[in-house]
Parts: sequence; structure tokens; C-alpha cells
Amino acid sequence: MKAPTRNRRPGFSRRAQYGLFISYVVAVTGILVGLGLIVIAHVDPDGFGAVRGAALDVTTPVSSLERGMVRGVGDTVDGVGAYIAAGSRNAAMARELDTDRRALVHLRIIALENDRLRKMLKLVDSRPAAVAVARIVGSTGVSSRRYATLNAGASQGVRPGQPVRSAEGLIGHVVYTGLTASRVLLITDNASVVPVRMARGGMPALAAGRGDGSIELRPLGAGGNPFNRGDIVLTSGTGGLYPPDVPVAVVVRKEGDVAVAWPLANPSQLDYAMVEQPFAGLPPPPVTPPPGKH
Amino acid sequence: MAPRSSAPPTRAIETRAKLVPVVSTLAGSAVALLPTVALSPSWPPFGLLMLLAWRLLRPEMWPAWVGLPLGLADDLLTGQTLGTGMVTWTACLMLADLVEVRLLWRDYWQEWLLAAIAIALAILCAWAIACWTGGAAPVRLVLPQIVTSILCFPVVGRLCAILDRWRLATGKIRASD
Repeated sequence: MKAPTRNRRPGFSRRAQYGLFISYVVAVTGILVGLGLIVIAHVDPDGFGAVRGAALDVTTPVSSLERGMVRGVGDTVDGVGAYIAAGSRNAAMARELDTDRRALVHLRIIALENDRLRKMLKLVDSRPAAVAVARIVGSTGVSSRRYATLNAGASQGVRPGQPVRSAEGLIGHVVYTGLTASRVLLITDNASVVPVRMARGGMPALAAGRGDGSIELRPLGAGGNPFNRGDIVLTSGTGGLYPPDVPVAVVVRKEGDVAVAWPLANPSQLDYAMVEQPFAGLPPPPVTPPPGKH
Repeated sequence: MAPRSSAPPTRAIETRAKLVPVVSTLAGSAVALLPTVALSPSWPPFGLLMLLAWRLLRPEMWPAWVGLPLGLADDLLTGQTLGTGMVTWTACLMLADLVEVRLLWRDYWQEWLLAAIAIALAILCAWAIACWTGGAAPVRLVLPQIVTSILCFPVVGRLCAILDRWRLATGKIRASD
């Protein structure tokens, strides 16, 4: 046990008393300044991008370096696990290969048919090229927002607002950039809403993040919950920003009017991500206006 | 002064004594740079834990405003809304001051309780700010973070005590106090 306020009480010294008083004045003023910064962040969420970008530039090399080490350890553990499960996994893979081969033939037929139909429609496939391919090196594990850090920034052409995807699916979009690093708002963040449609049937829906790694799917059509477990949703391209036909999530369960889905691109695997140009929006079809565009 | 020859010079110790708490708190904030992508807020705010541990170990070392620069650094390192750390950290230090002048004595459990209250308030406050400036996870996801942070605090406190002995070179050129 110790006396808590040993040297805290300034005693009779006027100078020490004023010093303590001024330190509290500074602290309270600082708190007010901090509250002012928060109000600015509320009014303008992208404010102070330059300051935060610069901090990101300084800290990202650290994460990138450490990333290699963590990856190495993870690979070793996975490798040992793979040896133990080799026999049963081999059998399962052989079975899977058989079914996949059949599905592949089916897909080739569909691809041919698709080509033919596209030619009939004279559709030009003008998918914008990737701006940058970079690694996801970290995230904000302490904060209750869901951001990831990407090790490509303004010098590679990355700008705020560009969509980010991986080979498996959509990851999110860039919020602010430094020179060599940028911050990505993940689609699982509460502030993220992505217009999607179901791969089966094309029913439009909105995919909103829930902050816990899952995504909530709200159908836009009236009547019933159209989702089933295992359904895959793709971006619809409605409203621009996200390009169409990028896989987003797979439905895990239904909850009343909405469905809970899990994102297909798992950013926690710390893999490559592709930054693309923002999608300019679908050209209006000649006859009917696109559904679900409000 | 026989052991003086083996100890580092006094001036180096003075610098070290000032720098070690600041650097260790910054290092605590920098734990957020570890390359993990968390699906929910799961990491304890180690910067805040270090700050509280130093504050409770050495009440006279820092004035209350030290939460401002350290909190700002924490905001930049962890990617929270700018101002979150400045407000919550400084408020934590002032809360500790407020409680301390009313206590006659202090022991381990009281320190832990005080730290636990400060940690819970700071995390909930950061959560409220995140909610207000864009959108945050539901509050049930923040609760495990609060619990792990409170459980981590004694370990961080012990680490601080070790650093404190090294920083002041206790036992080499000074007696322990």
C-alpha cells in the first residue's frame, strides 16, 4: 500500500500550484479540441485525409515486414495439418474432381452459348483495367470500424472511392490514401452498403455490413424472403462505384425479412487485392429503365 | 559510489527515464500494426493499457495533458476517428486524478478496479464516437474486447514495473523507493 498523492499536492509553492492548474486547463482545452475533431469527422468523414495518409505511409512498411513472418508461421501449421489429413482428403478430392469434371463440361457449353448470344447482342465488354494490385497488410483490430490497410497508395494511382476486389470476390472501397498505402472500408463495416443481385434469378437486394464479419442482405422486391442457404449474391453495378458481376457473399441463414451472408473474399487471409477504376454506371437500356434504381 | 563505474552515466539515465514511458506507450499503440485482419474489434487497446499502467505506477510523472499527444498518436496508428484517443485518454487521466485525491490509500485490487472502470468507459466512448461518425459494430461485439482488456491489465502493469526498474536503474545508482 502506498499513499496515492505523494508528490501530487503542490503544497505552499505558488509556482507549483499554478503549474498544476495550468496543466488541467491545457488538458480540458485539449479535450475540447478533440471533440471538435470528432465533430469535423461527423460532418466530413473523409477529412484530414492527408494527415492520416501520411501516418499510414510511415506505419505500413512495419506491417508489410511482419506480414511475411506471420504468413510463414501460418503456412507451417497448415502444412503439418495437411499431412495428418492427407488420406481422407485425397479421397474427398477425387470425388470432388469427378463432379467438377461434369460441371466443367456443362460450363463450357454455357460459355459457348454465352459468346454466341453476346455476339448477337453486339455487347462490348469494356471492363476497366486494374489500377493496382497490392497486398492487404493489416486492419484496425482495436477500433470498432472495419478498415483494412493496403500497401499501394497515391503513387500507384490509387484514389479514394475506387473499388477493391480479390480473385474470390468484393473486398470494399478505398477511403483515404497515403503515398504508398491506403485504407479500405471493408464491405463488412456498418457504414458499407453494396447494391447486389442474386446469382439465381437476379433479384435485387442491398448488402449492408454488420460489423462482425457478416453481411445483412435486404431484398428490394416485395413479398417473402427470396434467399436460401447457399445462395450467392453478385454486385449489380446499380448506381456505379462497384462493377457488376463481382461475387460478394454467400447466404448463411435467414432472419425474418433479411438474410445473413458471409463475404466470399476473406480479407483475413492477407492476400492480394486488386484496385479498380470506379464503375461509371450501366448505360440505360433503350426500352425499359433498370429495375431497383431509386 | 563503487557501483557507479558499471552503471550507465547519469545523464543517459535521465534521458532514458523520460523517454521509456512515452516510447513504451507508443509501442503499445503500435501493436495495432501487427498484420492481422480482424473481423471484429478484438484487440485490446494496448496503448491505453500502457498509459493507465504508467499513470497508476507513477502518479507524479505525467501531467494530465500528456493524453493529448499520446492519444493523437494512437488515433493515427490504430486508424480510429481523429480525436477519439485525445478525448478518452485525457479524460481517463483526469478521472484517475479525481479518484486519487479522494482515496487515503491504494492497493492492487483498487488499482485494477480503477483501471477496469477507465478501460470500459474509454472503449465504450470510442465505440459511441465510431457510431456517431459513420457506423460501428453492435455493442455486444465490443464487450469481449472490454473483458480481455481488463484481464490484460495486470500483465501490462507488471511489464511497466519491469520497465520502470530498468528506466530508473534502481539498485544500481539509486535506492528503490
